Amino acid sequence: MSDLEIPVLTTSVEKMVNWARRSSIWPVTFGLACCAIEMMAMSAGRYDVARFGAEVFRGSPRQSDLMIVAGRLSRKMAPVLRRIYDQMPEPKYVISMGACASVGGVFDNYAIVQGVDQVVPVDVFVPGCPPRPEALIYGIIQLQRKIDTMKLYA
Amino acid sequence: MSELLAPHLPAGSFEAVHAADGMPTVYVPREVLVETLRTLRDDPALRFTFLADITAVDYIPREPRFEVVYLLACLGGPGNGDTPKRLRVKVRLPGQDPSVPSIIHLWPAANWAERELWDMFGIRVDGHPDLRRILMPEDWEGHPGRRDYPVQIKDKVKTYEPLQVSAEEFAQGIQSSRDRSLRD
Repeated sequence: MSDLEIPVLTTSVEKMVNWARRSSIWPVTFGLACCAIEMMAMSAGRYDVARFGAEVFRGSPRQSDLMIVAGRLSRKMAPVLRRIYDQMPEPKYVISMGACASVGGVFDNYAIVQGVDQVVPVDVFVPGCPPRPEALIYGIIQLQRKIDTMKLYA
Repeated sequence: MSELLAPHLPAGSFEAVHAADGMPTVYVPREVLVETLRTLRDDPALRFTFLADITAVDYIPREPRFEVVYLLACLGGPGNGDTPKRLRVKVRLPGQDPSVPSIIHLWPAANWAERELWDMFGIRVDGHPDLRRILMPEDWEGHPGRRDYPVQIKDKVKTYEPLQVSAEEFAQGIQSSRDRSLRD
């Protein structure tokens, strides 16, 4: 090996796959309420989530890895959200952004789903009303840490 | 407002009342509602040509329980009612099986407002061509605008299984939806 001129790194397949997955988390373009404004701010130049590889908001769930549930989810919208989640290819992750998506927020009423974990499995909850872009970026970093610890073969 | 309306509407077809917010308000019996609204719209001296909104109020446990509110506006101008003004027309309805006649033939804009009336308050609109829910999901139970509707419900969130349809059924569904939008 010592006479090789090219640099070589060794790693495990699992580490490399996890690195690839966490370094390019593409969210689906899907906003429900005012949290979506902060989500857009997060992807724009000032906060620039591109630094963490998650800037490509895809127009189709078929090309997405992450669903950011940004805002209040009404019971009428729940089947739509579930359908979009079902259309995303594995592996897929969900961030519940803000108080409304996580627990219903101030909308303690019949029309709003009291926590989107009743509809889709949530990986990271981001508190706030709405969360600042930094908070959402922190949520994405937490998701990256989570992905890093995932096993390829359970 | 009573002086303005009295020469043009038959006696007993309306009752002008004083509203707390100062807006001109009249009560109209359900039986003469359509005729009264037509006169309000067409009479050269009145010309309330614009239907701003239709809504309702639930006064449970009082009887008659509901009041349907028609908000009209006169846009003003020469030969068009002179000065702009507004009018609130109310109809009292019983709590048992409430219904009002449709006024789509007077104002096509009443279509969705009357659907909302049915959706939120369960007030049937007789003669409406397409009386479906408009805000709540189609299979929703109850009418949330009513005062005796609970604030929070504990039902499981419905997500539904994906529909399995054949190509013919799909084309048929598209066609019927097009037909419906043409009719609306």
